[in-house]
Amino acid sequence: MERPLTKNINQAQPLNLKEYEAVGGYAAVRKVIQGMTPQEVQKVVQDSTLKGRGGAGFNTGMKWSFVPMGPDARHPKYLIANADEMEPGTFKDRLLLEGNPHQLIEGMILSAYAIQADISYIFLRWAYRKAAQLLRKCFAEAYEAGYLGKNILGSGWSLEMYLHTGVGRYICGEETALLNALEGKRATPRAKPPFPQVSGLFGKPTIVNNVETFCCIPHILNNGVEWFKGLSKSEDGGTKIYGVSGKVKRPGAWELPMGVTMRELLEEHAGGMLDGYQFRGALPGGASTDFLTADHLDVKMDFKSVAAAGSRLGTGTMVVLDDATCPVGFVHNLQHFFAQESCGWCTPCREGLPWVEKILLRMEQGRGKTGDIELLEMHSKMLGPGNTFCALAPGAVEPLQSALKYFREDFERHIIEGKCPYHSATEAPKRFSKSMVV
Amino acid sequence: MLSETEIHAIDHEVSLVPYKKAAVIEALKIVQQERGWVSDESVEAIADYLEISAAEVDSVATFYNLIFRRPVGRHVILLCDSISCYVMGYQTLYEALQQQLNVKFGETTADKNFTLLPNACLGCCDHAPALMIGEDLYRDVKVEELEGILKKYV
Repeated sequence: MERPLTKNINQAQPLNLKEYEAVGGYAAVRKVIQGMTPQEVQKVVQDSTLKGRGGAGFNTGMKWSFVPMGPDARHPKYLIANADEMEPGTFKDRLLLEGNPHQLIEGMILSAYAIQADISYIFLRWAYRKAAQLLRKCFAEAYEAGYLGKNILGSGWSLEMYLHTGVGRYICGEETALLNALEGKRATPRAKPPFPQVSGLFGKPTIVNNVETFCCIPHILNNGVEWFKGLSKSEDGGTKIYGVSGKVKRPGAWELPMGVTMRELLEEHAGGMLDGYQFRGALPGGASTDFLTADHLDVKMDFKSVAAAGSRLGTGTMVVLDDATCPVGFVHNLQHFFAQESCGWCTPCREGLPWVEKILLRMEQGRGKTGDIELLEMHSKMLGPGNTFCALAPGAVEPLQSALKYFREDFERHIIEGKCPYHSATEAPKRFSKSMVV
Repeated sequence: MLSETEIHAIDHEVSLVPYKKAAVIEALKIVQQERGWVSDESVEAIADYLEISAAEVDSVATFYNLIFRRPVGRHVILLCDSISCYVMGYQTLYEALQQQLNVKFGETTADKNFTLLPNACLGCCDHAPALMIGEDLYRDVKVEELEGILKKYV
């Protein structure tokens, strides 16, 4: 089985430029800059069926194709790597950033060439200190070797690359909020249209892609469309970095063909549940995806199959719910996160999510009331797609609505018994209010 | 008043963006790096320097959770309270930290050595529970290891 994205990963000592070149690194940059037009690169990436790995799953080449090209296009154009990995349960980009930073830089150079960008940023979350240190070192090496800077490899095309380390907030991962953060503003999302491809950072054409997406690009351009499609077990090309966390024997992340089943991930790669625990369900792609249950274990983990099962592939990093963990507590933890991370821009999200959190907390503390379940159901509709300014609240209610469907009995027991059946009353979680945060 | 070091660093950031105001987050980070936190006086100084209102600087400063608008201890502990760490029992670590440091989330120890804060997913879900102290990451943390970890910062 081929693992192009991770075969050269070394977390103890990532490859330096010379070592990366020795395993074929930056060959794609030479090949592309000296022998392909930007439009040809876009076409190859579009034909490869690579879909964005940040969660939305849009065809990457098609996303690029909306960037104005030619002599009339406005410059500078920007290309941004979204390395603000903050989706709870997700740790795949950390692996790529810490394990082989040159691969990301190479992918960004190639992608920047495809849209003829002039300036690129890596928007990195603050907590990834090691990645920040490594990226700075790799930038210096790439500039030194002439892969970045003015007149790259004598092509006449120039690209600057900068590192921006964020100062927190999940919403920065939303691409238009990320642009506002880079402009020095509060990270509230922007209305679309105009789309960033036309009017993005500082009002100029901009592409934002996830780290894993960029890491696929050198391999597609080196090995071709058919090879990339052949890596996959589904209609979405390539491999995918999947992850599993929770009470399993071997939590971790693995690069596997796109479309392995949940069962394969859980049983073969994660080693099954820890002794004494049973599988009850999982969020297949991070905190903002609907639960799937034991009935779905044979679902293929690709965009279409997971959607058909009623959830989303999201980031492909699965969080497992076991039989000793309270589903209401689990969902309360998620809603606490989403309520806290709402940017506050639109009313349903700002007011609705704290309300949801409050209801779940009182259930967990044994103060749930008749009608609370219906109230939660109402919220999952009111905060759903189309009612809010961005995708944060609709994402937040995905695990809520599916928990109400699959674990309804647990919610009912909390209300009927007046306590959490999983904890004794004294252990009930306390509410951490926002005001406690500096 | 901004120090010369701060002004120098802010000037560099301003040179990379189309207009001064766009460097406000970088300016806040620079001041916090130098002083540990961002005071009202610093907010005003940054506003003056970047030629925007203090209210605008403050609206940005208070939006981001890693810009501190109150003094913090020498070391900030960020305890991950997101879902994988919840399943793997971060709550036990929180209880132990409360006992050992005598602080709750949002508080600073009496000797001003530690500030304890909750933090959203640190991206080490396969090694939960996780926490950071300053720039150091600790993974798969067990309650009995906490005392030893904290000792390194005393």
